[in-house]
Amino acid sequence: MAIALTPGVPIAPGGEAPPERVKRKGKTAYFLLIPGMAWLVFFFVIPLGSLFLTSLERPLGSGPSAGYASALRWQNYTEALSKYDTEFLRSFWYAGLATILCLIISFPLAYFIAFRAGRWRNLLLVLIVAPFFCSFLIRTYAWKTILADDGFVTTVANSLHLLPDDRILATPLAVVFGLVYNFLPFMVLPLYASLERIDPRLIEAAADLYARPWIGLQRVTIPLAMPGIVAGTLLTFIPATGDFINSQLLGSPRTRMIGNVIQTQFARDALPTAAALSFSLMAVILVVVFTYIRRAGTEELL
Amino acid sequence: MASSSSSGKVEDLRLVNLVKDYSGVRAVDDISLTIPAGSFFALLGPSGCGKTTTLRIVAGLEDPTSGRVFIGEQDVTIKPPYQRPVNTVFQNYALFPHLTIHDNVAFGLKRRGEKDIETKVSDMLDLVELSDLARRKPAQLSGGQQQRVAVARALINQPDVLLLDEPLGALDLKLRRQMQIELKRIQVDVGTTFVHVTHDQEEAMTMADTVAVMNSGRIEQMGAPEEIYELPKTAFVANFLGQANLMEAEVVDRDGAQLVVQAYGNKWAVPTARAVQNEGQIIVGIRPEKLRIALGAASDTEATNSIVGTVTDASFVGVSTQYLVRTPWGQELIAFEQNLAGGDRIRVGDEVSLTWEKSHSFGLAGHENVDAGVMDLSGAIAEAVTESS
Repeated sequence: MAIALTPGVPIAPGGEAPPERVKRKGKTAYFLLIPGMAWLVFFFVIPLGSLFLTSLERPLGSGPSAGYASALRWQNYTEALSKYDTEFLRSFWYAGLATILCLIISFPLAYFIAFRAGRWRNLLLVLIVAPFFCSFLIRTYAWKTILADDGFVTTVANSLHLLPDDRILATPLAVVFGLVYNFLPFMVLPLYASLERIDPRLIEAAADLYARPWIGLQRVTIPLAMPGIVAGTLLTFIPATGDFINSQLLGSPRTRMIGNVIQTQFARDALPTAAALSFSLMAVILVVVFTYIRRAGTEELL
Repeated sequence: MASSSSSGKVEDLRLVNLVKDYSGVRAVDDISLTIPAGSFFALLGPSGCGKTTTLRIVAGLEDPTSGRVFIGEQDVTIKPPYQRPVNTVFQNYALFPHLTIHDNVAFGLKRRGEKDIETKVSDMLDLVELSDLARRKPAQLSGGQQQRVAVARALINQPDVLLLDEPLGALDLKLRRQMQIELKRIQVDVGTTFVHVTHDQEEAMTMADTVAVMNSGRIEQMGAPEEIYELPKTAFVANFLGQANLMEAEVVDRDGAQLVVQAYGNKWAVPTARAVQNEGQIIVGIRPEKLRIALGAASDTEATNSIVGTVTDASFVGVSTQYLVRTPWGQELIAFEQNLAGGDRIRVGDEVSLTWEKSHSFGLAGHENVDAGVMDLSGAIAEAVTESS
C-alpha cells in the first residue's frame, strides 16, 4: 500500500525525463502503424511478389490447361507485349483522352462550386457524389441502353448526320465516353478541394494588377489549383488505363483495352501472360506518373 | 522614384454620390468627396462602416449601386479593375504564394507588357529594402516583409491612386508604428495619392493629411487630423477619434462670442464658433488631456470652466496618469495628467476639481447619443477575431 500511495513522485529529477518521453512517443507511433503495415504486407506485398513469380512461370505443356511451373522465363514479357501491343497503346490513348476530357469538363464545374455556388455548394457536391450510391456496373449497363443503336440519342445524332459510323455503341466514342462518365467525380472532387482553398483575394489581386480574367486564370488560379489538377488526373488516368468494364459493355473487340486482355487471360488460366501484362502495365504507369509529377513541379505546392 | 509617376501628372480622385446596397443593407450611403492628387487620405471608421466597400468600389472590385468614380476627368465607374490606373494593397496582402518576391512585384508590369522590367523591379525592391529576398517565396518572409512586398507590388505600377486596405492590421504594435513611418516616407518619396482604410484612429492621424471619419456608410466629418481632433462635429467623431468627455447642457445665455450653458448646477462657457448648435439642449465636450486636475475646490477664473468630483480610479501609464472622476450627477469623466511632478499625488477617493480653458470646449447637437462611437469591448474582440481569421 505504501508504494501505491506515491505514484506521482518523479523517479529521476532533472533533464533526463524529456528525451525518455520523446522516445516513448516514437514507439507508440510505430506501434500504431502495425495494423496498416500488416495489411499492406499481407494484401499487397505478398500478392505482388506472388504475381511477379507467376509472370515468370513456364508452361508444362501446350495450352494453359497443362499447367505451369516456377521458372525465370523472361520471354513471357516480350511475348505478351508484342502480341498485345495494340491493346496496350489503345489503353493509354483512351485513358489519356478521357482524362483530358474529364479535366476540361471538371474545371469549370469545380470552379463554379468553389466560388459561385454560395448556399448551393453542399447540394452540388452531394450531386457529384450521388452516382456512387448506385453500382458502377449498373450505371454502365444503363449507358448501354441509353446509347443503343435504336435509342433516342443515336437516332437524333444520326438524323443530324453527326456519327461517322452511324452508331455510338461499340465505337471508341462510347468507351471514352463511359470512362469520362465513370471517372468524372474523381476529377471534380480534388479540383474542388484545391480551388476552394484559394483565397479569392488572390484572384482580385491579379485583376487589380492588370490581369484580364483569362490571364488571371492562367497565371494565378490554375497554378494554385495544380495540386488538385495533378491529384485529379492521376485518380482518373491510373484506374482508367486498367479499366475493362467500359470497353466490355460499351465497346467492341475493336476497342479492347489491356484490362480486357488481362481479364480474359486470367479467365482462361493463362496466368503467366496475364501476370506479365499486369506487371508491365504497373511499371509503365509508374514511369508515366513520376515523369508527370516531376514536370508538373507540384512538390512545393503539395 | 523621387518625383511623381511617369504617366504625366497625378490625378485627383473624385467620388460622386456613391451608394452601395447589399441585399437591402446600405453599406455606402451617398458619399461624395474629392481626394486631391498626391495627398495621403485616410478613411477611418469601425468595422462595417462601409470604408472597405468604398475602397473596393474605387478599385473596381465592387460595382456601386449608383454614383460615379472619377480619376481626373476620366469616369472609371464601369471600368474593370484591370483597366484602372489604381492599385491595391490588400488586407493580409494577398501575395501570390506560388511566385517569388521578384515575380510578385513584376506581375503588374508583365501584364502591361512594359519594358525594362528587371531594372524597375530591382529599383522598387531597393526602395522597400527587400533586394536580398527577391528569390524567396512569400511564405518565407515575415509579416512586415510581406507587407512591404505588397506595397512594392502595387506601387511599381505607378498608379494614380494607391489603395491600402487595413495594410498594417496583421502586424504587431511595434512593427505597425515602424511601418506607419515607413509608408509615410514612401508616400512622400513617390508623391502618389494614397487612400488608406483603417479602424485605428492613431494610425489614421499619424499618417494622413486628411482624415474622413465614416459611420454607417456616411462620412461624419472630414479634415486635417488636428482639425477634427480639436473640433469634432459629432459625438461619434469625438468618441471614435481619441476620447472625449461629453456632458448634456442647456444654452441659457450668450456672452459675446461665447455661449453660456448650464448643466447640473454648473455654468460653463463654450465658444459660439466651436458649437454646432447655438441654442436649446446641447452637448458640451472636452478632451481628457485638456482637463487640469487639482485637490479641493477650484478657483474659477475668467478663462476657465470647472467641475468638482471624486476620483474613482487612477491608472499610472508612465508618461501620464489617467484619472476617472465621478461628478455629483454620477457621470464618470476622464482626465489625463502629464507626469511632470513625478510621484502619485492624487488618490482614489480624493475630492478634486477639474478645470479647463473655456476656449477648449466644443458644443455638439443636443439630440446626439453621448456614447456614439465609444469603443466597446465586444466589438473590438469581434474585430480582432475577424482580422486574425
